[in-house]
Amino acid sequence: MVEKISLAHGDGGELAHQLIQDVFITTFGHHDQAKLDAAILHIPQEKLTISTDSFVIKPTFFRGGNIGKLAICGTVNDIAVSGATPLYITVAFILEEGFSIRQLKEIVFSMAEEAKKANVQIVSGDTKVVERGSTDGIFINTTGIGVVKTEEMLPRKIDEQDVVIISGTIGDHGVSILSARGELGLVTELNSDCASLNDLTREVLNVSSRVKMMRDPTRGGVATTLVEICEDFNVTIEINEDTLPVKEEVEGACDILGFDPLYLANEGKLLIIVAQEDEGKVLAALRKFDIGREATTIGHVSEVKTNGRLFLKMLLGSRRRLNRLAGMQLPRIC
Amino acid sequence: MNETLKQFSSSTISKALLKQIEQKAGVYKEKFGREPALMEVCGSHTMAVAKTGVKKLLAGKVKLISGPGCPVCVTDQKSIDAMIQLAESDDRIICTFGDMVRVPGTTRALIDAKTDGKDVRVVYSPSDAVEIAKENPEKQVVFLGIGFETTIPVLAVALKKADDEMVKNFSMWVTTKLVEPILRKLLNEGDVLVDALLLPGHVSIVLGKHHYQYLVDEYRVPGVICGFEPVELLSGIYKSIELLLNESPEIINSHQHVVRDEGNRQAQLMIDQYFQGCDEAWRGIGVIENSGLDIRDKYIHLNAKSRFDIKAGEPKRTKCRCGEIIRGLIPPEECNLFAKACTPINPVGPCMVSSEGSCAASYQFLREE
Amino acid sequence: MCVGVPAKIIKVDEYSAVVDVMGSKMTVGIIFIPEVKLDDYVIVHAGQAMSIVDEEYAKASIEEWRKMVNERDA
Repeated sequence: MVEKISLAHGDGGELAHQLIQDVFITTFGHHDQAKLDAAILHIPQEKLTISTDSFVIKPTFFRGGNIGKLAICGTVNDIAVSGATPLYITVAFILEEGFSIRQLKEIVFSMAEEAKKANVQIVSGDTKVVERGSTDGIFINTTGIGVVKTEEMLPRKIDEQDVVIISGTIGDHGVSILSARGELGLVTELNSDCASLNDLTREVLNVSSRVKMMRDPTRGGVATTLVEICEDFNVTIEINEDTLPVKEEVEGACDILGFDPLYLANEGKLLIIVAQEDEGKVLAALRKFDIGREATTIGHVSEVKTNGRLFLKMLLGSRRRLNRLAGMQLPRIC
Repeated sequence: MNETLKQFSSSTISKALLKQIEQKAGVYKEKFGREPALMEVCGSHTMAVAKTGVKKLLAGKVKLISGPGCPVCVTDQKSIDAMIQLAESDDRIICTFGDMVRVPGTTRALIDAKTDGKDVRVVYSPSDAVEIAKENPEKQVVFLGIGFETTIPVLAVALKKADDEMVKNFSMWVTTKLVEPILRKLLNEGDVLVDALLLPGHVSIVLGKHHYQYLVDEYRVPGVICGFEPVELLSGIYKSIELLLNESPEIINSHQHVVRDEGNRQAQLMIDQYFQGCDEAWRGIGVIENSGLDIRDKYIHLNAKSRFDIKAGEPKRTKCRCGEIIRGLIPPEECNLFAKACTPINPVGPCMVSSEGSCAASYQFLREE
Repeated sequence: MCVGVPAKIIKVDEYSAVVDVMGSKMTVGIIFIPEVKLDDYVIVHAGQAMSIVDEEYAKASIEEWRKMVNERDA
């Protein structure tokens, strides 16, 4: 087999057939479905959730994952935080002419591995090849389908004194990617937190029926996600600076470059709003998992039926409002 | 060492200091009939007092005025326009500190030029731009050199590298500013009431404590050099008020673990080797004689101003009051555009987008609405 | 940067050094502080180490304020 993707891999002919057979079908392991143009799915319940996302990350490989793993985790998580159980995933690749087939195999392998871990089936796929220069190596789109029990559908009504919980340290993915890009001269050994969260969400929903909302704070970070919640549900949330879990490497990198961990992306963190009486149960449930061991409460809902605002209670006792990230974070001059 | 330095952000010590400051400020008010007015000269101090909440916590007790220490904010609109115009060419790579990217020009910002396909890159260090020039010999690479005395020696290092390694396609567009001329201007004009100065922690690394003696000798204004962590900021404020109460102006170095009395001699020598004095236009203030540095004639081959023919027209007039804000005459909230027509997403002036701008500090950290 | 981030020197070459800021590493220039040694802490600005942090002075400042806090509480 040739080692690089060529335009012929996308023309539907022999090379395309070989690529599908050698790379996708063997790895994803769905021999029967591949003979059909559409997958036939078995859906145990009536209520479906569906979510789609495209992944264009640079660099393609980073500490703790690659674009393939991210493409599975990202969509699994979007389904899982709605309270649903993700079951099926479709994947579509856009490949640049010249992309290494060895790398493609590695990416596809991690997708299969992550899908297995998250207990979802990859049921349909597509590959297109575009001319050199028309894309940046590889883009992946995934669409996920999940089922949800009526009594577990989120969000539920948010009340005053509900608590805000995060499943672990914030900003790991953002700093890891920044470092992997190498543009700003920063080197860390920090792994991206890229992970599927559906085991966590399932356990949390098993122990508490008072979970109001779950989100995975990806782009824009914890602050932007919480600002959106405040605005969409007209609540005021107050988070505490001294309770935010931040790894030392992330703090160091942010100090050097002038970034704020609250606005850095996460790819394996769960943000939960839950009634205060279930706080302990939810924390205990999260801490049972490796990726939830550092789960902690970071704030609470201080007001409902208001113009939605997010506040940060600072170490010295005053508070300040947090807004959405304005544009991208840029390193400061001084 | 880490443990020691961590204490500079201790909330226990900070809270105790706050109490002490409130008490001292009360004594001051009793004695002089008003609250003490301190100007934080450095943009990073402006950010730090806003971000840590110090400014809010001391509101009504100590007046903290933002000074002219944000390098992007004090840059004249015409210079900003010229730098953006530099990017309007396909055979150039423009390298810049992150702060400049979203600064609005009369027609557009660097980020818009980038969106349009122009090659604009954010670098962490000016020397990285020299590396980019070496990797792209077919392109002209220009670094936008703005900054005060902390940054100028770092610019010199990049010039030295380009000169030593004979990187022919590298040049620098320099518009730097000096602290002393603008402080003298503010104190001479006396439009803004300043009792004492919080002196910049990092500019002082280069200049040293002795440099500021003119403040005491000629203006009888005390100053405290301090760092950026809560305890450092608060101790700077505390010592300033103490000096005012004693009515014995002097310069105190409260940042002794990094600032030496005589400054950093190596950095001073580097500045001197590569730069010479020049008149600089300050935003909303006008040209101040000998208030900046430009590349020495000897290194004119590295000066982008002589390499490229850039003629920026007269900038569009806006209602932006950055000029008054950087002189401490008005707080950002008094500008009609603030948080309405001018926001970090749609900025009218640089003070709203720079990470050290007082408008950005107020918008991000002081507003509750 | 203009904040007091302690960057520890973990490798010194002729004109540059590698610093560690709580686990994140970066190469910085040391032309302004040629006397710098391994394990020193430095203040970094835009890729150049500008000053060596003097631990004795840092401790002294902290002590000064700590004492004040304790006196108040006593």
